[in-house]
Parts: sequence; C-alpha cells; structure tokens
Amino acid sequence: MPNSSGYRAVVSARNLTKRFGDFTAVDGISFEIPAGESFGLLGPNGAGKSTIMRMLGGVSRRTSGELEVMGLDPERQGPEVRAHLGVVPQQDNLDEELRVRDNLIIYGRYFGLPMSYLRPKSAELLEFAQLGDKAGARIGELSGGMKRRLTIARSLINDPGILLLDEPTTGLDPQARHVLWDRLFRLKERGTTLVLTTHYMDEAEQLCDRLIVVDRGRIMAGGSPAELIRAHSSREVLELRFGAGRNASAAGALAGLGERIEVLPDRILVYADDGEAVLGQAVARGLEPATSLVRRSSLEDVFLRLTGRSLID
Amino acid sequence: MGPVHDGAPHLVPDGRPLAGLYSRNARAVIARGLLATRTSNWTVMVSGFFEPVLYLLSMGIGLGALVGEVAGPGGQEISYAAYIAPALLAVSAMNGAVYDSTWNVFFKLNFAKLYQNMLYTSLGPLDVAIGEIFLALLRGFLYATGFTVVMAALGLATSPWALLMVPASVLIAFGFAAVGMGITSFMTRFQQMDWIGFALLPMFLFSATFYPLTVYPEPVRWFIQALPLWHGVELLRQLGVGQVGPATLGHLAYYLVMAAAGLVLTTVRLRALFLR
Ligand SMILES: Nc1ncnc2c1ncn2[C@@H]1O[C@H](COP(=O)(O)OP(=O)(O)O)[C@@H](O)[C@H]1O
Ligand SMILES: [Mg+2]
Repeated sequence: MPNSSGYRAVVSARNLTKRFGDFTAVDGISFEIPAGESFGLLGPNGAGKSTIMRMLGGVSRRTSGELEVMGLDPERQGPEVRAHLGVVPQQDNLDEELRVRDNLIIYGRYFGLPMSYLRPKSAELLEFAQLGDKAGARIGELSGGMKRRLTIARSLINDPGILLLDEPTTGLDPQARHVLWDRLFRLKERGTTLVLTTHYMDEAEQLCDRLIVVDRGRIMAGGSPAELIRAHSSREVLELRFGAGRNASAAGALAGLGERIEVLPDRILVYADDGEAVLGQAVARGLEPATSLVRRSSLEDVFLRLTGRSLID
Repeated sequence: MGPVHDGAPHLVPDGRPLAGLYSRNARAVIARGLLATRTSNWTVMVSGFFEPVLYLLSMGIGLGALVGEVAGPGGQEISYAAYIAPALLAVSAMNGAVYDSTWNVFFKLNFAKLYQNMLYTSLGPLDVAIGEIFLALLRGFLYATGFTVVMAALGLATSPWALLMVPASVLIAFGFAAVGMGITSFMTRFQQMDWIGFALLPMFLFSATFYPLTVYPEPVRWFIQALPLWHGVELLRQLGVGQVGPATLGHLAYYLVMAAAGLVLTTVRLRALFLR
C-alpha cells in the first residue's frame, strides 16, 4: 500500500495481534518497512519477536490486524509470498536425515528451483558458509556455529528479496558473529531487505537502519539507533561502582547530578551530556567510586529507560 | 551471487484456487522423502516388509497345521494360511498408512520440525500433505507387492484376481492415510496419539481377520461391518481366491468414500494442522 511519503512498503503491519488462549503475545503492533531497509525488532525474551516473524512468513495465523508482505497477505498467499522470502528461524531446523549439501539442494527443490541452478548455487553457498569441506557430512556432525551458518546459507538458496532473521547470531562466538555481520552487510548492499530480531543492542546498532523496541507485545519506541538514543537517553553515561553495600547511599549523595540516575544492583548509571564533568562534580562532593567509566549511550540505555529493565536478564 | 535486487517487487495475487495452500510442488516433498530414506532410514523400511510375512509364517503355517481347511469367501475349502493371508495384507496396509499419517506426521510436525522448514518455503500445506500421503502409499505399494509375491510363492494365491490385491491394498492405505491425517490435525499432545493405537488393535483382532464373523452375535457383527478394516479384509480375501461379485464393489466403494471424506477433512483442517 502506498503511504504518505510516496514509497511502497515491502512489509506493512497494522494493529498486528496474536493471542494464544487469553495470553496476548503480540498486542496491536504497526510498522512499515521500505524496500532495501534493514529493520530490527529489539526486545527481551518473550517480547513477541518470533511470533511477529512467524506471522510475516505466513506460518502462524494472526488473531487480528492487517499484514502485507510485498503487497500480499502472507496468510492467504503463503506460497507466493514465501517464494521471495529467506527465513532463518530462531531454532535451527535443518533436516537431520539429509547430508549437508542435500539440505541446500532439497530446500531449493521446495521452491521449485531446477537442479541446473541448484548444483552451482549450493556449492557457492557452502563456500559462503565456510562449509565447503563438510558437503557430505551428516547434520549431527556439525557444531552449533556450523549449523547456524548452514541455516543462513539455506535461507539464501532462492535469492530472496526479503530476509527474515530471528536472532541470527544468538549462541555464536564473537568471531563467528562478525563474519555473519559482514555477510549480512553484503546482502544489504545488494538491495536485500533485512528484517531481524535480536536482544543484542550492539547487533541492532551495527545492522539496523531503523528498529522498533518491543516489550510484552507492544512497541515502546521506534526510529534509527541514533534517533532512539537522542530521544530517550543522554549523550553519555557515567558508570560508577562503589561496591555492593554502598550503592544505595552513594546514589543519595549523587542526587541532582546529570539528567537522570539509574541504580542497578552492581552499579550506578548517571546520564549526562558530559560524563567527565559529572565525574568531577561527584568527586568534588567527596565520593570515591571504586571504578568509574564514561561511555556513549547505547540502545541498552534506551531500553532501560523505556521499560525499567535490562535487555538480557 | 545472483542478481542485484532493486528492492522487492510487489506481487500480483495468484488467483488459482487453493493458491494459498498449494504450489503444485508435492514432488519436492516426495524427492525429499526418497532421499531421506536412502540416506538414513532404509532399515525401518525393510523391517516393515517382514512384519506381515512373519505373522503369515507363524499363524498361517504354524497354527494352520492345527486348524486345517476352512471355508473361503465362496464357500469352497481353502487352507487356513490362504484364509488369513489377505487379512494380514489388509492389516499391514492399515497399520502402515495410519502410522505414516498420524505418529509420523505428528513427530515431523512437533519434534523434527521438518514441516516447519518446508512451510517456510514456497510449499503450501497441501503440497506437504499430498507428498506425505504419496510416500505412504508408495511404501504400501512396495510392501503389498512383496507380500503378494510371498503368497504366490507359498501357493496361497490361486487366482489371477490375486494380482489386484496390490492396487486394492493401496486404496485401503489411501483411505486410512487420508482420514488419519485429518484426525492428526486435532491432536495437540503425544498422549492423545495413544488413542489411535487403542482403536486399531481391537479392529485388527476382531475384523474377521483370523476367523469368520459368524462366531459373533448379530449386533456385534453389524458393528464390525461398519468399521473400515472388515471391508478391507473381505475385499482382499475375495480377490485372493477370485470370488469377485457385487459385494467386492461394495467394499471398494466403502474405501473410495472413506478416501474422499478423509481428503476433504484433511484439506479443511490443513491450516489447523500445519499453521499453528
Ligand atoms: N505456540 C505458543 N503457544 C502459547 N504461547 C506461546 C506460543 N508461542 C509463543 N508463546 C508465548 O508468546 C510470548 C512471545 O513469544 P516469542 O514470540 O517467542 O518471544 P520472543 O521471540 O520475543 O522471545 C511468550 O510469552 C511465549 O511464551
Ligand atoms: Mg524469539
């Protein structure tokens, strides 16, 4: 559907709602994603991210609301919509009864793609996933990281215009994550629309042009990472640690400093545009923190501000 | 890699009937099943073939030595082994089809997550259902062929009509598979699957499998004659000795109706079955 700014969104959700019994997992969510954008859903476990992704793929029926993917309702026109989607579910669901290469080939057959295309494509994707030497292995022989890379390679077999990635790097080691981010950047450069969920703020900051912060099935805020930080946090954060017993009393003594103070179990966060200056004022008040750190605000701070909770509990 | 996308195009809805459920690509599901069998579970396949053969050897030949001759479908005397062999084939067709359309579907749906990965592609639930039913029937066809060969080798198939036991077994399997898959769509927990076994075992034992229906009082007879397995047993038994008549057509019709009703039920319930 064309919208006010003239572009046609490739994904458009209006009041999207999903109930399981009387529990509302997704509660009236609306968003639009233009072609080529990298769009994120950031939220803690149980926020409803995976449920939203399953509805986008047309494999879960919504309770109410409207949804269009590439102009069609994925629930009514599932096969046609999914021909253009690549899906990386949260849990790897590789076919354990087939070997590594056959996982790619057969998945391509599900899209009705011919062998003449699939043979070279599967070889190329195995290289992409750094699994070239595992082509004949059984799935059970792969490590967790290898399975994840194979699942991602598999999602690209039909050259999708939209890639749905549900927590693509959860459980991967830092190096594997960076490799994956690099691959996702390349896809983005080629014009692929990325929709990803994550509960890692650094991943959201790295990969997303725009994101929505979701909590308990509702949108708490939306915008680019920089916009969100500007709107919901200060430029910098001063992190102070006084040792377990003394945080509360120190917080009292800090009152009035910076824009806002957040007391966490292990540390105190002071939000301010100039963290060093606030640290100077704290020391001038006679406070002696065990450690102090000035850093830029992140999406984690945005989330804490919006919900009063951390992203990762 | 492939072409560079100029964003994602907008699609025109496919107006074909059932376009949301079916992409005319059940053969991909079949290709996957065959490859998986070759890669991983061909031993299960082989053991499925031997089960009715072992029953036939122990009960037909062993027990048959005590029983001697019994009255066949046309009233003529046949050996006990020849009497129960078609029934064992019908039972095997039923068991295989029910297993494939209930336990197997439930497992692949909820545990192996196989259907989830199929349904994230352009396959629709109807492609998956057709592919799986076809695989079940192919298996049934191979077993029935093997069993009929064994019967012939033991001298238990005396009429050329016996060849028709193979397609008839496939029809029996089709009826059970179509209904079985529809029933599976109502199942949410593994424990509920036990009810299916609960229904099958007595049907196996009492549907004139091992002795004629005449031992029962009238009301029990009617009840058993309403159940599907009895029709399968009678159908194959009549074909086995070439006693074909209007009753044979009646049994055939029973399965045609059962398969059609099962397919309608399964199609109506596809979304409930696959898209939870
Ligand atoms: N099939 C289901 N039946 C019942 N509740 C579900 C089902 N799937 C998800 N939920 C519930 O919906 C909520 C959102 O789940 P999910 O979308 O997986 O969250 P996230 O992906 O953000 O961690 C959770 O509370 C979860 O328990
Ligand atoms: Mg999730």
